[in-house]
Amino acid sequence: MNDNPCIQLRRDFPIFEVSVDDQPLCYLDSAATTQKPNQVIQAVKNFYQSQNANVHRGLHTLSEQATTAYEAVRAKLAQFLNVQSREIVWTSGATASLNLIAYGLSDSLKKDDVILLSPLEHHANIVPWQLAAQRTGARIELLPVDAQGILQLEQAKALIEKLKPKVMSICHASNALGNINDVAALIARSKSSGTVTVVDGAQSLLHLRPDLQQLDCDFYVFSAHKALGPTGLGGLYGRYELLNALPVYQSGGEMIDTVSFSGTTFRPAPEKFEPGTPNIAGVIGFGAALDYLAAQDHDALFRHEQSLYQSLLQQLNEIDGIRIWGDTANNVGTVSFSYKNEHHYDLATLLNTHGIAARSGHHCTQPLMAHLGIEGTIRVSLAFYNNQQDIRRFIVALKDTISLLEE
Amino acid sequence: MDLSHIEHTLAQHGAWQGKYREIMLLGKALPAMPDALKTDAALVKGCESKVWLHLDLDEQQQRLVIIADSDTRIVKGLLAIILACYNNQLPQEAGKLDAYELFDKLGLIKHLSPSRGNGVRAIVERIHQQLQVLQ
Ligand SMILES: Cc1ncc(COP(=O)(O)O)c(C=O)c1O
Repeated sequence: MNDNPCIQLRRDFPIFEVSVDDQPLCYLDSAATTQKPNQVIQAVKNFYQSQNANVHRGLHTLSEQATTAYEAVRAKLAQFLNVQSREIVWTSGATASLNLIAYGLSDSLKKDDVILLSPLEHHANIVPWQLAAQRTGARIELLPVDAQGILQLEQAKALIEKLKPKVMSICHASNALGNINDVAALIARSKSSGTVTVVDGAQSLLHLRPDLQQLDCDFYVFSAHKALGPTGLGGLYGRYELLNALPVYQSGGEMIDTVSFSGTTFRPAPEKFEPGTPNIAGVIGFGAALDYLAAQDHDALFRHEQSLYQSLLQQLNEIDGIRIWGDTANNVGTVSFSYKNEHHYDLATLLNTHGIAARSGHHCTQPLMAHLGIEGTIRVSLAFYNNQQDIRRFIVALKDTISLLEE
Repeated sequence: MDLSHIEHTLAQHGAWQGKYREIMLLGKALPAMPDALKTDAALVKGCESKVWLHLDLDEQQQRLVIIADSDTRIVKGLLAIILACYNNQLPQEAGKLDAYELFDKLGLIKHLSPSRGNGVRAIVERIHQQLQVLQ
């Protein structure tokens, strides 16, 4: 029998019982959003059915219970990331987190200061910095990435020492290519320049389960929906002194100490960054996702993802004309490829007729695609609930698609 | 290529692979646009793939001559269908056509994702905009 626990875990995900266009779903788009286990779906449902109340208001029992459950998830996440609860801020997602940080750090940027990014970044980790640069006169510089899409670590370290950036914001893993960047090494190198370091963890929270003390970053952002949790929720970690020093981004109720028309004082972080009624059900659901992940042997999940990734790579490499982009030696299990001169749109449209859910296009990384000299790719992104059958189905569909295109 | 022929051919295929094969064949039959005509001004915005379109009237009969191309095989095939619908019409007749409805009738719209559907819509809107300029 198979002792791989992931074979069983797939049963926790009800979406795999669904058929799409009369075919069983072959879901290979987990980098866009992960599927949700029953435990998360039930937690959200139970909350609305029997626990729904607003948090941090009133002392009636239901509200107190909701507040306790809500705050317990903050503590759970803090433990998951090996940081303190007060260093976690809930937002609506990685995008909102990056906006909050880029806006907040603008106060400490001035003309000609360097904001260091990489060509691998998602638009969400580019545009907020462009706005910050416009506001302050700071300039954006890029870390070196080669023609295959791999960050050049030694050159990158040298560049950090040369430029002494005020801010460096880099993805832990690339959403377009799956590359894992050695962010710890880059952060270590930036320490002597006093750089504020931001890690975009949208693609790493699930696959790499990072220990933020080891990464030693100042900020880390994520989206819950990319780690089994509900959509519309994300958050950030901020090293407390830095976090608490950021100016208020959005304001309203729940984040204030006192309000009068002669002046308002704010609560300390994290409350000062969480105005209004938060996504309570989302947080509760994400708590169930964290419990689910904590109950698994992370190494076993990672090994399973990597073995699927290796067989996918191997089978793709056997097809003449496939060009795989990115770093296949350090990868979260995402394959981005082109086939000869065929347009990704044609490939994806035909793959879809086989029930394959894969992403095509520029993956919100237009500068990266321009750097690679392509319009877009087909992206297959895996998670632990995928199996060898998914890979086989994909390869059969791809071969069929190719022969149709080449008729 | 006339429309009833296209309709008939597509209807023969139950499976989508077969329909797309026919669509791509229609695209192959469409003459390629010379690179010099693939200008930014000719690009249709709102399509996931690149689509170029030029519209004119033939001098003698004042009927529509549209030439179009795409960098993808499938969209090029969809363009062939749109052109079969519009080309050779008098501008005032063409102004009354709705290719989106045609796609619906061909059973294509339902299975085109919103972005692809919007691509068709953007192409058709561009044709109608230019028709107004001509009239
Ligand atoms: C690396 C990376 N950063 C940021 C984001 C933005 O996440 P969200 O759309 O959930 O805010 C994504 C989502 O695709 C991503 O992959």
